[in-house]
Amino acid sequence: MVTSPIDKLKQAFVDVLGVNPDTDFESMAYGQTPGWDSVAHMNLIAEIETTFDIMLATADVIGMSTFPKAREIVARNGISLT
Amino acid sequence: MILQGKIAFITGSARGIGWATAREFALHGATVILNHRSRDTLLEERCRELEAEFHGTVMGLAADATDVSAVQNCYLEIFRKFKRLDVLVNNAGILQGALLGMITNELIRAVIDTNLVGSMLHLQEASRLMTRKQQGSIINVSSIIGKFGTEGQTVYAASKAAVIGLTMAAAKELASKNIRVNAVAPGFIDTEMTRQLPQEKLQQTISGIRMGRIGTAEEVARAIVFLASDMSSYVTGQVLGIDGGMMV
Repeated sequence: MVTSPIDKLKQAFVDVLGVNPDTDFESMAYGQTPGWDSVAHMNLIAEIETTFDIMLATADVIGMSTFPKAREIVARNGISLT
Repeated sequence: MILQGKIAFITGSARGIGWATAREFALHGATVILNHRSRDTLLEERCRELEAEFHGTVMGLAADATDVSAVQNCYLEIFRKFKRLDVLVNNAGILQGALLGMITNELIRAVIDTNLVGSMLHLQEASRLMTRKQQGSIINVSSIIGKFGTEGQTVYAASKAAVIGLTMAAAKELASKNIRVNAVAPGFIDTEMTRQLPQEKLQQTISGIRMGRIGTAEEVARAIVFLASDMSSYVTGQVLGIDGGMMV
């Protein structure tokens, strides 16, 4: 069961990009991770926003190019991921 | 009450077609979010008028369509209050005419920034909110001038033609997310602007309309209600002319 915020963030990537839950999330990157194209990116944004009940700024939508950056952006929107 | 339960944001809704649309939406049960370029008494008056007449939920958001952060803040406010958006009516626009040799760079910037860039910004932000619920309807207000042009309105015509282009592209991109994007192209409509035309010019224009009369803002608003409602659930990527047969 997914409970912690960081697990929820990982689950969003798993659900949208179809990656294995055991994948190396830290190395995931837009345009490099298979399936993470522009269409999937917008779906990923929607999934993250819905999961955490937040709305990201356009600069963050464009800047969320890796999993670590996603973690940083979600944290900046008031979600504690520690 | 075909818009019952829908949250609708109408840009440029303190006057003219935008205000008429806001009233029609409230009449049909929508929760209406009004917008005006500045937070002045007009926006507050309009909010009070709508609440008093239709007893629904009304919100007023001040934002100039050319101000990127102000536009983004509108959607943050909508998200905070309603958590979703069902309808965007992209209506805010300006009309500044000049003959070709007298078009200034400032005029080009002002018209393109408001009519095209502003519409693009609202479309972008609204579609992101709508994507989360996998539903929505966006109606862009173009113009018959955007389809056919008219002398002295080259920049306005270009901006409104561009609105049709963005409607088509966005309709294709958003269809799979169940978000419909359509445009309306009003013809000669009775507004503050057309009331200032000389009588001779007014009669000349009306003589070219097959229905023989000027249209009303309410007639445009009712077409927008149709496109916003589930009555048009299989309609996307269309430009609906509301012009009394002006171009038949």
